[in-house]
Amino acid sequence: MSEAATHDGHQDHHPSGIMRWLTTTNHKDIGTMYLVFSLIMFFIGGAMAMVIRAELFQPGLQFVDPQFFNSMTTMHALVMIFGAVMPAWTGFANWLIPMMIGAPDMALPRLNNWSFWILPFAFTLLLCTFFLPGGAPAGGWTMYPPLVLQTGAAFPFLIFAVHFMGASSIAGAINVMATIFNMRAPGMTLMKLPLFVWTWVITGFLLIASIPVLAGAVTMLLTDKFFGTGFFSAAAGGDPVMFQHIFWFFGHPEVYILILPAFGIVSAILPTFARKPLFGYSSMVYASAAIAFLSFIVWAHHMFTVGMPLAGELFFMYATVLIAVPTGVKIFNWLATMWRSSMTFETPMLFALAFIVLFSIGGFSGLMLGVTPVDFQYHDTYFVVAHFHYVLVTGAIYSCFAATYFWLPKWTGHMYDEVLGKWHFWLSTISVNVLFFPQHFLGLAGMPRRIPDYAVQFADFNMVSSIGGFVFGLSQLLFVYVVVKCARGGEKATDQVWEGARGLEWTLTSPPAYHSFSTPPEPSTIEGGMR
Amino acid sequence: MTFSNCSDLCKRLAWAGGLSSTPMITYADWGLNLTEGVTPYSRTIYDLHMLILWIVTIIAIVVFGALFYSVATFRKSKGAVAAQWHESTKLEIAWTLIPFLILVGMAVPATKALIMMEDVYGADMTIKITGYQWKWRYEYIDDDVSFFSTITHEANVARQLKSGIDPNTIEHYLHDVDKRVIVPVGKKIRYLTTAADVIHAWWVPALGWKRDAIPGFINESWALIEKPGVYRGQCAELCGKDHGFMPIVVEAVSEEDYEVWVKGMQTAEVVSDESGQEAMAITPIQQQESAEPQT
Repeated sequence: MSEAATHDGHQDHHPSGIMRWLTTTNHKDIGTMYLVFSLIMFFIGGAMAMVIRAELFQPGLQFVDPQFFNSMTTMHALVMIFGAVMPAWTGFANWLIPMMIGAPDMALPRLNNWSFWILPFAFTLLLCTFFLPGGAPAGGWTMYPPLVLQTGAAFPFLIFAVHFMGASSIAGAINVMATIFNMRAPGMTLMKLPLFVWTWVITGFLLIASIPVLAGAVTMLLTDKFFGTGFFSAAAGGDPVMFQHIFWFFGHPEVYILILPAFGIVSAILPTFARKPLFGYSSMVYASAAIAFLSFIVWAHHMFTVGMPLAGELFFMYATVLIAVPTGVKIFNWLATMWRSSMTFETPMLFALAFIVLFSIGGFSGLMLGVTPVDFQYHDTYFVVAHFHYVLVTGAIYSCFAATYFWLPKWTGHMYDEVLGKWHFWLSTISVNVLFFPQHFLGLAGMPRRIPDYAVQFADFNMVSSIGGFVFGLSQLLFVYVVVKCARGGEKATDQVWEGARGLEWTLTSPPAYHSFSTPPEPSTIEGGMR
Repeated sequence: MTFSNCSDLCKRLAWAGGLSSTPMITYADWGLNLTEGVTPYSRTIYDLHMLILWIVTIIAIVVFGALFYSVATFRKSKGAVAAQWHESTKLEIAWTLIPFLILVGMAVPATKALIMMEDVYGADMTIKITGYQWKWRYEYIDDDVSFFSTITHEANVARQLKSGIDPNTIEHYLHDVDKRVIVPVGKKIRYLTTAADVIHAWWVPALGWKRDAIPGFINESWALIEKPGVYRGQCAELCGKDHGFMPIVVEAVSEEDYEVWVKGMQTAEVVSDESGQEAMAITPIQQQESAEPQT
């Protein structure tokens, strides 16, 4: 108790100005920094996407040379995956998990500060490569050798940037898991955890298991390049395909690292605005765990065309399509949650509903891609590009939007501008489909991905897609405006904020105190298995 | 003469009118779906693709139908009162088992197709394909013919940054090469793919598959082309700066024409290194192919 009192006593003595942010160990401050960092990276990666869509607006090369175009696709992916989505999840985890489980802060606050502050250095390293001789990495974010070994001065920067991002992610994951396993309020048993917390437990396992594999793979690239090893060089007795196996052993769990927390967010928002408990809480938990397990045994579906033995192709096909079962369970549970509910359609709900529809479209194309013989046609085409943008943009990013609108009033104490939020939703949702849906057609018609210029029969849909891209890009400025406006002021938010909101974070004031739950909440306020 | 703004119908009329054999026709394409291709395997793939597409379409209609029905019906503004149930073991077992059975139904034909694809035995001839940055080399193992195939000169000029040349004025922009891969129809051809520098992927959609060309590896696949015609594709695996500019053109001709072509190539190789130029002189048979199926 005395410790808690001391803690409370210090809460107003934290440094102000820049030192507050540099030295903070507070989960809310660090959460904010993660989210702001993620937003900045979203715009940097988005600017690269705009360059890509501008170049692809018409056949012929109008703006950038092919090498720079390849840098754009490579860096767009690295920035969006490691800079925008993954830090966003850690940011939401920081802000929400202590408040959701009734803890005062994260378990390892100094590690928390460090894991965040690695990121700006990692991305400075990565982004400064644009100014190095030979330009930024252009071998694809998948870094396949031998091509990636042709990277110029940027090569070691790429490797160490990836190491830094990985170190940050692992530290973040350890922190989140240590918090969840050790800091739950009395009475907050595992099967009472909100699903966002549950999905983060599973995400944490995936991160800790898969990121070191990536670190190993890129270190082998480094020694191949500079120290004369031949891990991936056929001429030296190595194996270029082995890199792909190692990379995707990381890469496929990574896919679920990017989407599992989104499932948790949707599972929080949907029951709130449906005013009805989440259907099938425990099957949601088991489905998430099943997806995580399967994610470790499906990696080779990213590389069906490398020429695997028939038995390998069959195994990875069966395992891959099997993921549709637990994913289907989630979708059906959400539908059942909505059935005979009493819904209202505030902006977070709109984004959550769009998530269900559009993520499902990405899931359907994923199922198609999982079937090996037809994948021989889809592989490395715009069909794949359409697929992963449906799951990442209208999946992961949409749930980030939904979460921001949902919890922003709690964080800032102000309601956001509902009218502008809805504008942001509708502009984004219409344009994102104009942007990505035609890419299915382009892929089926035979347009490969990662090309700066294309045969003229692909011109029409590329133009449509680019127009969608520009509108989607511009619409995101509206999001920033709404967030900044809400942070600065607005209608006062109540503690519960939403009529149907349940869970410990809604029992705190809006905005919550700098240190929340210095004393554990009453066990009676913990609701079991509802969300 | 361009049809870039022409509708689908208009294009079909143009085809019917025999305009398709006129050079310089380029048109934009609003094609939505995978094409059937010209090999037994590509048709199998197409059927499988359509099967899965229909399955997911039906699932989508059911799922999205339920979702939009809920959104329209269970609204607070319409006075809907939320029920409080949140479990049903029977339902949950049902929507675990039914998708599983659907997947089994899909996996059976997919497995058959894959077994067919991997059966490269009994091939009539072998072509070894080697990917280079950024061109393809073809070696006809049985006929002692080999050559490099690169993007056509005029497309290569037009594709330079700010060249000022309208791609629509170039026939088969980025989908044409100086030397085509000539193959006989009706023969089971085994393709061996490998690469000399980085990983490439050899892909002609009409044949129904793509295969990575990997340094140090030799990958096998096969195709039996049933219909004479010109089939176009390009490299499908990022291979550096000019990845987008290494097209593939396969021309399937009758067996007799193929023999003539091989003889010509063999003679030409003895006469000069410029074998390609000589060989090109023999390919008027290609020009007579009036209908060029979709690339």
